[in-house]
Amino acid sequence: MKTKNLTLNVWRQRSKSDSGRFEKYVAKDVNEHMSFLEMLDVVNEELLEKGEEPIAFDHDCREGICGMCGLVINGYAHGPQERTTACQLHMRKVFELGWDELWIEPWRATSFPVIKDLAVDRSAFDRIMQAGGYISIRTGSPPDANEMPIGKHVADMAMDAAECIGCGACVAACPNASASLFTSAKVSHLGLLPQGQAEREDRVRKMVGQMDAEGFGSCTNHGECEKACPKGISIDWIARMNREFLKAMVTADNEVEERD
Amino acid sequence: MANTELKSHEPTGPIEERWREHKAHQKLTAPHNRRKYKVIIVGSGLAGGAAAASMGEMGYDVHCFCFQDSPRRAHSIAAQGGINAAKNYPNDGDSVYRLFYDTVKGGDFRSRESNVYRLAELSVNIIDQAVAQGVPFAREYGGLLANRSFGGAQVSRTFYARGQTGQQLLLGAYSALSRQIEAGTVKMYPRHSMQDLIVHDGKARGIVTRNLLNGKVEAHVADVVLLCTGGYGNVFYLSTNAMGSNCTAIWQAHKRGAYMANPCYTQIHPTCIPRSGEYQSKLTLMSESLRNDGRVWVPRNKEDVTKDPGKIPEADRYYYLEEKYGSFGNLVPRDVASRNAKYVCDQGLGVGQEVDGERRAVYLDFKTAIERLGKDTIKERYGNLFEMYERITGDDPYETPMRIYPATHYTMGGLWVDYNLQSTIEGLFVGGEANFSDHGANRLGASALMQGLADGYFVLPFTIGDYLSPYQKTGVDLAKLELDDKPVTDAVKEVEARLEKLANAPDPKHSPDYFHRKLGNIIWQYCGMARTAEGLKTALQEIPKLREQFHREVKVTGTADGFNQTLVKAARVADFLELGELMCLDALHREESCGGHFREEHQTEDGEAKRDDENFQYAAAWEWQGVPSSAALHKEHLEFEYVKPTQRSYK
Repeated sequence: MKTKNLTLNVWRQRSKSDSGRFEKYVAKDVNEHMSFLEMLDVVNEELLEKGEEPIAFDHDCREGICGMCGLVINGYAHGPQERTTACQLHMRKVFELGWDELWIEPWRATSFPVIKDLAVDRSAFDRIMQAGGYISIRTGSPPDANEMPIGKHVADMAMDAAECIGCGACVAACPNASASLFTSAKVSHLGLLPQGQAEREDRVRKMVGQMDAEGFGSCTNHGECEKACPKGISIDWIARMNREFLKAMVTADNEVEERD
Repeated sequence: MANTELKSHEPTGPIEERWREHKAHQKLTAPHNRRKYKVIIVGSGLAGGAAAASMGEMGYDVHCFCFQDSPRRAHSIAAQGGINAAKNYPNDGDSVYRLFYDTVKGGDFRSRESNVYRLAELSVNIIDQAVAQGVPFAREYGGLLANRSFGGAQVSRTFYARGQTGQQLLLGAYSALSRQIEAGTVKMYPRHSMQDLIVHDGKARGIVTRNLLNGKVEAHVADVVLLCTGGYGNVFYLSTNAMGSNCTAIWQAHKRGAYMANPCYTQIHPTCIPRSGEYQSKLTLMSESLRNDGRVWVPRNKEDVTKDPGKIPEADRYYYLEEKYGSFGNLVPRDVASRNAKYVCDQGLGVGQEVDGERRAVYLDFKTAIERLGKDTIKERYGNLFEMYERITGDDPYETPMRIYPATHYTMGGLWVDYNLQSTIEGLFVGGEANFSDHGANRLGASALMQGLADGYFVLPFTIGDYLSPYQKTGVDLAKLELDDKPVTDAVKEVEARLEKLANAPDPKHSPDYFHRKLGNIIWQYCGMARTAEGLKTALQEIPKLREQFHREVKVTGTADGFNQTLVKAARVADFLELGELMCLDALHREESCGGHFREEHQTEDGEAKRDDENFQYAAAWEWQGVPSSAALHKEHLEFEYVKPTQRSYK
């Protein structure tokens, strides 16, 4: 079993209004089988023993599905391993790359303000969802589930888009801090399905409108989002969303609601 | 007031009529009156999220709280396998009755028949609801929904969305919830953790929360409170639960008078990735489906435990499940598979990394299956799981056997509720894993999602409506309670004082995790897969000592009035340290083995769980009396009119 000492430069920021700075720590005897977050846990326990405040970072399920964790590690959102969240990144990957010094930062985007250290506020994503990321169906009034057959191919495509975990890595990786990958994944998931047709045009207009209102940048096809996405959400969905949006704007029968 | 018989308020008559009849006679509240009722829902997972969305839509004034940064993060999201429903789409003879029967039997005859039947009945509505929301379940080429058999069931009744069924169902509920937030019927409070329940005039009337962003302790007053806060599996420290999953909401409610039922019923999942070191923070579950093709073994000889498994000859491999359980082999139920892994490791035959001086893992080997079916078929079936395994362990399961070990996965115990899912405190309702209601002593695969959604979409909105209905008439109003009333301000002060104390222990030495790990070790060792009276008595001595040390020596840096993850952790550990003791007390009192509760003193000659129906056919509901050790036991006797208790056998 390999162990190593690593130098960590961790972004420390007391609050939203604090300007923040990197601080240096040494992670001793890091074991290759540790997850990245477990390495931080050990550093945090030592900080606590010394009477210092541990590094704040968000995390929950630690199995790559809840979307709560998110760190930029040496410039990579969620670290260097493709299709892997920070919580599922293991130190052996860091060792393989020969990285002895790490720079650990929060998601950086105006629309994701830092709460403390590495934890950011991603409530903008919730508001984009609230703007239209749903099919309006009352509880208790649906038809039988098999009443409407949906081709396997379409169902599979919808599932591909629906796999998004809402972590925000796409925004962190994008030079424009665009939320297009996130928004387009939901627009596509629901727009592909027959159940989602009635609200299809409204949905894309409202969700894109909210995305802009939150101050996210525009997509200029860098493709960094797709690369950083731990679930492999394809940039094709953005093209699809743009088509849907254009179509909805041209053919709409009703005005777009103004949103605050 | 010990030993009073609890009333389940379940309807009588033919079981298939009970829910329909009950619902038909519930009192209604007119739409224009509903918005006058303020409903607090704590938790935004399948149960809480679904209830919040449904009740918001009905017109109630809903306030929903979660500790995560968004309701979409609730731990329901991590469920992999699927959700059962008695749709009988594959035409293989399934029915509501059969799902009911399987669930009662699977729960080892320790659940309430009326509740289980209702669950089976509602299962079909869940699938309809989810599909209408756009949940992309797996489909066949003809466009109809696909089903698979799960956890050894004889029918294919499990609906799934790749290996992320929980994620997709939760996102469905989250989208419905988002729609209501937009409509203004639900106000969402993310990053809020419930710290206390406000009980006034004998009724649950609100909660005290801590805002995790700024540390502010606040009260929220309402007409009814619903807890859907999940299970307490993290009492073991290591479990497959999310790091933030905790028992604080149910435990504080327990301390305010809600009885805690069957806390000793916990489920250990046999196929999890073992610990690799003392720093381990959680355990990852690998889908049970792996046992369909994997063969479980350990070396026959202790000298071989560190050897490359590929170099151990067939004759020196102990396929213990196949040898002991001829007909079920590697597919024995979860509890049997788990216990046997423990036994072989206890004998020193465990493999893998040494942690704390022990090797605790067994092999799950796909070599035979790869030879028989080819690597491509195995890849098709388990590709994503193999990938996940390799990412975590660095080993390639196509080349070398997986190493697995059981881990805590689900807690069947929880707050006691009646048929309406109301606790022993009037106006406090409990849904999902947080209650004890439907799984008895053991939960079957693919039924946790089913229960969460049945409670949230289809049961609670009606039973809570029925509870609130009388209050619309003058004269029977709920007692007036405002934020500046003394019972409310007192509750806030109490929480502030409790947190202040945790942040300033007299002799701060160790992190909250240090104590949590110690507690986990005690519970795992003495109240885990196999329990004895002697071990439980040891635990009951050790836990109070540890708790005392914790309150003296826990070290929290930073302040109570800001974003402070250490303080959050300390508050959770404080509650686990009390719940853990009650769990051991419950396990000690239950002098029988049933489902996930295995007492070594009570087993058949074959080493199977031996129930004692004469003396223990009841739900044990504990009443708080100041300290965990003095909890008073109340019993709800369980009747089995339809499914007659039998002994399980898998030989």
